[in-house]
Formats: sequence, structure tokens, C-alpha cells
Amino acid sequence: MTTPASDETPERAESRPGLWERWQLASARVPFRVKNAAVWVVLFALLAFFGNAADFDLQWIRDNFRYIAGGLTYTAAMALGGIAIAIVLALLGALARISRNAIAYGVAGFYVSFFRGTPLIVQMFLIYLALPPVGRNLAAKYSWLPEGFDQALVLDAATAGTIALGLNYGAYMTEIFRAGIQSVAGGQGEAADALGMTYAQKMRKVVLPQAFRVIIPPTGNEFIAMMKDTALVSFLGVTASSAEIFRRSQLVGKADFKNLEAYVTVALMYWGLTVLFTFFQSRLEKRIGRGYDRDHVAKVMKVQSELPSEHGGGVAGA
Amino acid sequence: MTTDAVVRIEGLRKTFGRNEVVRGIDMEVHRGEVVVIFGRSGSGKSTVLRCVNFIEDPTAGSIEVAGIRLQGGFRTRRKLDQIRRLRLHVGMVFQQFNLFPHMTVLDNVTCAPRLAGRGTDEEINRRAQELLDRVGLADKAHEHPIRLSGGQQQRVAIARALAMQPDVMLFDEPTSALDPELTGEVLQVMKSLSTEMHMTMLVVTHEMGFAREVADRMAFFHEGRVLEEGPPDQIIGSPEHPETRAFLDAVL
Repeated sequence: MTTPASDETPERAESRPGLWERWQLASARVPFRVKNAAVWVVLFALLAFFGNAADFDLQWIRDNFRYIAGGLTYTAAMALGGIAIAIVLALLGALARISRNAIAYGVAGFYVSFFRGTPLIVQMFLIYLALPPVGRNLAAKYSWLPEGFDQALVLDAATAGTIALGLNYGAYMTEIFRAGIQSVAGGQGEAADALGMTYAQKMRKVVLPQAFRVIIPPTGNEFIAMMKDTALVSFLGVTASSAEIFRRSQLVGKADFKNLEAYVTVALMYWGLTVLFTFFQSRLEKRIGRGYDRDHVAKVMKVQSELPSEHGGGVAGA
Repeated sequence: MTTDAVVRIEGLRKTFGRNEVVRGIDMEVHRGEVVVIFGRSGSGKSTVLRCVNFIEDPTAGSIEVAGIRLQGGFRTRRKLDQIRRLRLHVGMVFQQFNLFPHMTVLDNVTCAPRLAGRGTDEEINRRAQELLDRVGLADKAHEHPIRLSGGQQQRVAIARALAMQPDVMLFDEPTSALDPELTGEVLQVMKSLSTEMHMTMLVVTHEMGFAREVADRMAFFHEGRVLEEGPPDQIIGSPEHPETRAFLDAVL
């Protein structure tokens, strides 16, 4: 009739903690960062174990690393060229999207819609393979076109790829720039107007410097994403100047039947670059966030969280 | 009387969508005169002020400042240039200060004169320092606005507007965003502009003490029209309209 067990259980739990509870208590004493690092070490160890089991050929990597890394120049050149084009287009596009000029607004809307609405790889092929015949046909049809127009739209793979990257990312970044410009309080523009500044002066001295605080962090994300998307250029063809790291890893990997080693090597290179730039970017963000009030920072965060994050190349920012 | 009018507003109307906020205003502000505009929120007083320098485009009517006369209505490219020339004669101080947060106090004051080519950098800097001294902030020249109190920010904004050597200063509720203990320093500076510089001023404010002391004329706005206009003693002391009386009872 009596229930001694129910009387005793709570006492026993207090005096003798179970194994699981003791593990939790011990774990609570270890800083979270240390635990996180331990997880990373374990994951890398697992990778190494499977690599070893799969006869991972480190010597092959040592022999070919130099050749693959030689493509970094082209990868970097395409990423930098692409982001430069994208920034110019995004600035023009954003100014057009906030203007009351119907032509500017319409052209920018068309541009953003097309380049966000089609895959990056399709855009690359359009520029690389579909434009040259357009040039030839136009040159054949209209004799008043300048001499050599038939060859004017023939681009090498790296150039075509870089232009496609710039056009595509420029379309996404138009929205980033527009949101950044619109995040600057309306009173700022009014104050500049009231002081008799021209539109160009207002933008250059008052609005854009403040907008760039909001624009720079997501632009860094776009740059990192674009750097990875330079790999797509390798589909366009094998010219010396388009032999960026992914193309090179494909070439040597296929030749030696060392696909695993080749692709792991190039993946680690992209990963390393991404980690490196993410580090620089977070430092930059801290710098430009300095000396600003809480309201502004809160607004910056809000604008960023509202920006579209999906991408042409299926890349999420690092 | 008509020759020394710095600002002349004629038949001013302003419509936002279907809402007619300003319904026909005629006003003149003469050189050296201080005119205080007051009235309920939504009575169109700020809108009129913002129409004077075309921050807001008048729907109809005309604005004349320092001899530049512009009609309301659509803003063509040619009109935009004229608006800019008109604005060079008008200084404006906003309720929210609107200082440029990415510039130092000194750069805030020198920025516009430099862009407008108003002298050498040296001259512009010297004049800016004088103006900052006048508003009592010479020692803050190299601070950023965020480090200043609201009252100090508004005084910088006054110096910034003065740096363009305007013919008239517009004040749009300059003390409404300030804590009560900070309004005095701003009103003091505004008063000194009138007494020491004989600045022409058009002021939207609810500070009746300031109006009584500094204003030459007051205009009570009601539903987009000037209901009553006259010297402060008359308007505050013995208002004619029951609307004016009711409003004054509420703010005094």
C-alpha cells in the first residue's frame, strides 16, 4: 500500500547525479569556443581519415599545386574586373531606379529584371558564343558599320565571363545600392538642397558617403560570391587567359585520373580565399561602423536583412 | 514698402494628393524683418516655409526671393536651375537639424560655400570659424555632430545656413525636437541674428515668448490660410478671432 519508491527517488537524484548530468556539468565548465574548435578538429580528422582510406595522393598534390595555384591570378583578375563592372552598373542602376526620369527608370528596370531572371551560365554563353554571329550578321547587312565590326563582338572566354559576371552581379547589387541610398534619411537630401547644392554635389558629398556605410558590407558578400562564380567561366573554353584555378584542376585531374585530389585542392583554395576575405570584410565593417549612433546601426541592419539573398549562380554569401 | 520685400508669396497653394494643405497665401517679408508663423499642426505653416525654397513644389502661385520670381507647378530642367539660384539666397534650419553626420562640425559649415565657390578655402574656413564663434561653438569645430547635444547641433545648423550668406533665414520649428532646457540657447542665437545682424527671418514656432520679444509681425495659420496677422502685442494680447484665442490659450 505504501509507495516507498516515490519517496526515495527525489532524494537519490539529489545525492547521486546520473552520468548524463555529470557530463553536462563537466561540459559547462569548458568555454563554448573551445568546444567549437574541438568540433572542427574532429571534422577535419574525419576528412583526413576518409582521405587516407581513399588512397589520397598527397604527393600528386605537391607536384601539381604550383600549376593549379598559377590560376589564382586569373581567378582574382576576373573577380576584381567583375566586381568593378558590377559596382559601376549598380551605382548607375540604383540612381536610375530612384530617379523620376522614365527612360532611366525603365532601362534600369529592364536590365535588373533580365539579369536576375536568367541563369548566370546562360548569360555567359550568350556573351561568349551568341554575340559573335550578331556582329558578323550586322556587318554583312549594314555596310556603313566601321571596318572590322564583324570581329568586334568576338571576345575571349575570360573577357566574356568577366563581363557576364559584372552584368549579373550588377543587377543584384543595383537593389543593394538602391536600398543603401534610400536608407539615408530624407532630411539629409533636403538640407543639401536647401544649401543650394546641385544634384551631383548632393549625391557625391552628402548622400553617397552615408549610403556607402550601408552598401559596403553586402558588397563584400557579393565579391566573395563572385569569386566562387568565376569557376563557371571554365565552361566557356580553354584559352590561356581563362585557365583559372578550377579549369586547371580539371585539366590535370582528368589527365592523371586524380579527380579527388584535384577537386579537393581547388575546393580548399576557394575556401581559403573566402575565409580570408570574410576576415577582411568583418574588420572593414567594424571600421566603418565606428562613431555612428545606435539608430543608424539599427537601420543598417534592417536594410541588410531586407535585401534579397538568392543568387544567379546559386551561391549564398559566406 | 514693396521695394524692400526679400520674400514675396502670392496666391500660394499646395495640394498633397487630394488634400489641399495650403489654400491661398499672400505674404511679404521685408528686409530685416522677423515674421513668426504659428498655428495648429496641419495648418500648412511648415509647408509654406518649405515652398519658399522649393523643398516642396508649390501647386500654384508664385514665390519671389531676392528678385528671383518663380511660379509653382511642374519642375522643368530650366526651372531647376532657377530654383537652385533662388536657394542660394535662402538659409533653412530644420526641426531635426539635419546636420551631415559623416562630416565634422567645421566641414558641415564650409561644405556648401566651398561647393558654390564662395571664396578661397582660407576665407571660407575663417568665416566658418567666425560663425561657429557667434553661435558659441568655436571649440567644437572638429567634433562630429553625434557628439553634440541637440541644442548645440541646432546652433551648428544655424551657422551652416548662415555660411551661405543668405538674404533670408527660414526656421521650421527649430526648437520642437529639443529638450525644454535646451531651447533657450537656440532661441538666444536666433534673437542675436535679428538684433546684431538684422537678419530677415521667417520662423515657424510655438515659442510665444520668443515671438513677443523678437518678432515684428505674427501670422496665425488656420486650415491653409492666414486667419490673422499683426504685431505680436496685438496678436497675443488681443486676438480678434476665436480660433486664434483658443490656440493661444492652449499654448500660453
